[in-house]
Amino acid sequence: MSRLSITNETKAQATVESLHKDLERRVVGAPPGLCPLDLASSYLKVCAAQTCGKCVPCRVGLPQLERLIEDLIDGKGDMSTVATIEKTAETITDSADCAIGYEAANMVLKGVKGFRDDYEAHAKAHHCTADGFHAVPCVTLCPAHVDIPGYIALVNAGRYADAVRLIRKDNPFPSVCAMVCEHPCENKCRRRMVDDAINIRGLKLYAIDNAGHVPVYREGEKVAPATGKKVAIIGGGPSGISAAYYLGMMGHSVEIFEQRKRLGGMLRYGIPSYRLPREVLHEEIETLLTAGDIKVHKEVSIGGKDYPLSKLREEFDAVYIAIGAHTDKSLKIPGEDAEGVMSAVELLRRIGDDDYPDFHGKKVVVVGGGNVAMDCARSSLRLNADKVTLAYRRRKDDMTALAEEVEATEVEGCEILELAAPLKVEVGEDGKAKALWVKQQMISNIKGGRPAPKDASAEPIRIEADIVVVAIGQGIDSHNFEESGIAVKWGCIEAFDSEAVKGENMDGVFSGGDCVSGPATVIRAIAAGKVAAANIDEYLGFHHPITLPVEIPDPVPHNRPACGRVKMRERPIDQRIHDFKLVEKGMTQEEMEQESNRCLRCDYYGFGKFREGREVEW
Amino acid sequence: MVNATINGKAIQVPENTTILEAAKLNHIKIPHLCYLKKVNEIGACRVCVVEIEGQDRLVSSCNTIVQEGMKILTNSPKSRQARRINVELILSQHNARCPECIRSGNCELQSTAADLGINKFPYHEDIAAFEWNMDFPLIRDASKCIKCMRCVQICDKVQQMHVWDIAKTGSRTTVDVTGGQDITKVDCTVCGQCITHCPVGALIERDDTQKVRDAFAAKDKIMIASVAPAVRTSWGEQLGLTHEQATQNRLASALRAVGFDYVFDTDFSADLTIMEEASEFVEKLKNAKNEKFPMFTSCCPGWVRFIKMEFPDLVPQLSSAKSPQQMFGAIIKSWYAQILGVEPYKIFHVSFMPCTAKKYECDVECMNASGARDIDVVLTVRELDRLIRSEGIDVKSLEESEFDAPLGTASGAGHIFGTTGGVMEAALRTAYYFVTGQNPDPNAFRYVRDYDGFKEATFEIAGTKLRIAVVHGLGNIRKLCEDVQSGKAQYDFIECMACPTGCAGGGGQPIEEGQELGEGRGRILLDMDRAMTLRFSHENPSIKQCYAEYLGKPLGEKSHHLLHTDQAKWELWK
Repeated sequence: MSRLSITNETKAQATVESLHKDLERRVVGAPPGLCPLDLASSYLKVCAAQTCGKCVPCRVGLPQLERLIEDLIDGKGDMSTVATIEKTAETITDSADCAIGYEAANMVLKGVKGFRDDYEAHAKAHHCTADGFHAVPCVTLCPAHVDIPGYIALVNAGRYADAVRLIRKDNPFPSVCAMVCEHPCENKCRRRMVDDAINIRGLKLYAIDNAGHVPVYREGEKVAPATGKKVAIIGGGPSGISAAYYLGMMGHSVEIFEQRKRLGGMLRYGIPSYRLPREVLHEEIETLLTAGDIKVHKEVSIGGKDYPLSKLREEFDAVYIAIGAHTDKSLKIPGEDAEGVMSAVELLRRIGDDDYPDFHGKKVVVVGGGNVAMDCARSSLRLNADKVTLAYRRRKDDMTALAEEVEATEVEGCEILELAAPLKVEVGEDGKAKALWVKQQMISNIKGGRPAPKDASAEPIRIEADIVVVAIGQGIDSHNFEESGIAVKWGCIEAFDSEAVKGENMDGVFSGGDCVSGPATVIRAIAAGKVAAANIDEYLGFHHPITLPVEIPDPVPHNRPACGRVKMRERPIDQRIHDFKLVEKGMTQEEMEQESNRCLRCDYYGFGKFREGREVEW
Repeated sequence: MVNATINGKAIQVPENTTILEAAKLNHIKIPHLCYLKKVNEIGACRVCVVEIEGQDRLVSSCNTIVQEGMKILTNSPKSRQARRINVELILSQHNARCPECIRSGNCELQSTAADLGINKFPYHEDIAAFEWNMDFPLIRDASKCIKCMRCVQICDKVQQMHVWDIAKTGSRTTVDVTGGQDITKVDCTVCGQCITHCPVGALIERDDTQKVRDAFAAKDKIMIASVAPAVRTSWGEQLGLTHEQATQNRLASALRAVGFDYVFDTDFSADLTIMEEASEFVEKLKNAKNEKFPMFTSCCPGWVRFIKMEFPDLVPQLSSAKSPQQMFGAIIKSWYAQILGVEPYKIFHVSFMPCTAKKYECDVECMNASGARDIDVVLTVRELDRLIRSEGIDVKSLEESEFDAPLGTASGAGHIFGTTGGVMEAALRTAYYFVTGQNPDPNAFRYVRDYDGFKEATFEIAGTKLRIAVVHGLGNIRKLCEDVQSGKAQYDFIECMACPTGCAGGGGQPIEEGQELGEGRGRILLDMDRAMTLRFSHENPSIKQCYAEYLGKPLGEKSHHLLHTDQAKWELWK
């Protein structure tokens, strides 16, 4: 017998590990709309299987909790069952000896509080709050509910223009979204149960790259008869233009009032062209404006004395406010007013108007950890800065920016300084910024789901900086609207789910997008425009359905072996950081075919075929 | 055309043909349980799975389209095993006490399990409890439901009543009344289409045969049977008779063999309905300025329930004429009781119907006009067959015999009531006569039917243009009612039948898996009509006798009392 021996993983252990990975992916890919109690119960079963069996609360308590929850699901429980579950879970949380027990019970406790409605529905009415409708995951998670399996099938069939038409049924901006969408659709892609989510955005990019110009109307199609109704849209960003597009199709007369020189909102004044080329944006907007009677007024500001909302309301039958979130937020630190300190909004807006500052010979520090901060850092590199540093008070992992954006920012040569909270801007005698001082942070407890930073016992760090770009979020210029009587909370315009604004005598005034939700994503702004169009149409006394424009091929059976996800290619770093041209390159045909064949067609298989896996009109 | 092979045999099928249909076209049977052509092609039971060469996983043949060059194996070891195990899994949730199930012998699950040679249950049984209001004419036995979803789909897509829905979640998912409500509280028309499309015995009619046996056993009643038009087209289907054997006269003999004292023909009272309804329509036309059009037919109780529940403001436009069943009930227990010289309660009248909603109709309290219950029991064709079988009657050997007189005489117009367009055609023949005093060509109104669901036509009677529509299937009816309500559709007279193809496809008809027999049964009635010389309701000698001896004239006082009703007063459920 040897005194010690090397532990080798057995085949069984290796298999169990791979099963853990399978389950992990499965949990991530769990379809929306399940019974929360059923899930709580099945997670408990996993937890109970993990118990070592030594301690009472965990060994006995977890299976008992599971049975009590099962009783509720089977309609055999009442509110006293819920009370017993809660008390037992509390006791296990408080008295189990290790995390296997107390964390399991804590999950139950979270559920009892978090989906209490469902517990009560099961206890009192013996039914579930889940309606038993299993929608297609990607479609459900897309805020605009774009028919994703449908257009993937069309791309697969080589019908790229039809794919664009299908997307436009729910989202007028297929080109924009092919390049910059945050693709929430991929989060719960069922393909994760096999290997990884489909690269949905990449397939959309393939469609628009190969579709050529797709006019709004095909031969023989035309705009709905004029209704004689006039709708004003304040703000020519993604939300406003989306609303204008659908309202135009419906036959209403639409006028867009845009504050700036050009249309596009944050698509132009927030997203740099290396992610979204100007010509693509321009062409897409120009196409959308042909949907109907849509007029555009540029450099007009609504809400102030010159053009109060009341005047607009007199002239139009309905108003949609989609002004976005375009104001700065400041750091409130000494030296912030020094020359060289600018906001992200300011920098990106100048770039948006083709006024490119020259950062040659300058050191730039960007403050923030969101996508806008990444845009500023990557733009600064392209404006020939000598050095770009990004300072963030939490860790890289905690950044709100998309992981691929952070990665791209780093590989392009930006140094990321984690756990660095801005302290002051050091200002030279000439009034120009010289450096940003940051307080070192340590990561601390998790609050509201995110680990909070706190001051570390360490000396402040000086980062040399001629330019400091503050990218810590944007606000909403809602003041004037508040004065006209629209309800505003924390700067955001308040609206119902129908997007009708809150406030007295506000009939016919709707609002959506960033100015209601706070700064969010392009696709959410687009979805808000779609919702506004539908509800304004109804408000005006019409019901113009927007219908499925193309037939979608049924899937052809084929093998779907586990397969890697196709990643988008990018231009080499040394080439791309000197210009503002598009970084990303589309898939090859071969890649498109492989990727589109990975789609599991949830619109057809599973629940899809049962309850017609698509919305044919809205 | 697409070329492929099934089990090595080269086949050629039209494009967009499913594997299942392609196999059927080539006489290859693929077992299936949930599949219902064009209505439920959802691949839920996974019994129809087949192997495609080169494919790792099996595919459901019901919803996979044959592709060029596809090599299909319907009986590979893998598909055999999957089919068998999936049937065993279904059986683990199915109350398989087959001898006590009325679908025994006509059950897809039973025959599939038998064909596959399943003789053991390897799985734990997990059978749902059977809890239902047994007074309701339509019964769902949860212990037998195999969750094929056919009932959900037929009610959603064809009838558009959404009575059934999936209930519960996850592995507990099942079918139930939408929202978990009581069946008596939802808008169920009792059309019975879910019953005729259920592959097993989970959906059945309330079995009233024992009530009839009890009445026979009591021996103190005069037992009278009446047979609805569409019953004669289908009664032999499950008794092993050919159409040639299953004549109405052999049916009369079978009912006599069961023990009925008198066997009458509901087609007589269909003629009576035409006399009243056509008169009513003609009166309305005369008074057109003060009347609301269209007038709707009222003989289908599924449709009457529908209009009461879904379009109550249109109810006043229903013809006030009772259905042939209810007219017959009233006449038998008034005029015929008088002829027999007995009190109405001495008569026990069993009405044989292709319909489940008729079980509801006969229970409508305000309908009774004879002083007794006008109709004692309604039996569906399926119950009729069971009644005959339980008596051990060898129907094939029975000599044919005529219906009894005088209530057994009917015109061709009465016969065609049992198929879509029949009521309209019959009514127009007589209305024409009432207006002009002359008979039209009996075939003048034959183009009033379309088996796809809707047909409209314009006819001229004495210079008046009549816009008529004939519609069947509640989904089609809903659309038409919406158009009538909005003013988009303008008609004078509309015939509505709740079941697709009318009574011939009724919810009380025999069930033949995978076949929609309504159209073919309807054609039998049309052929009967064409072959007759008596083709006008108003020429039926028994009808003339009935008016002469008893009723007086159409829309007269007696008629009003016995033969008309106010549907607004019908309670939907007690």
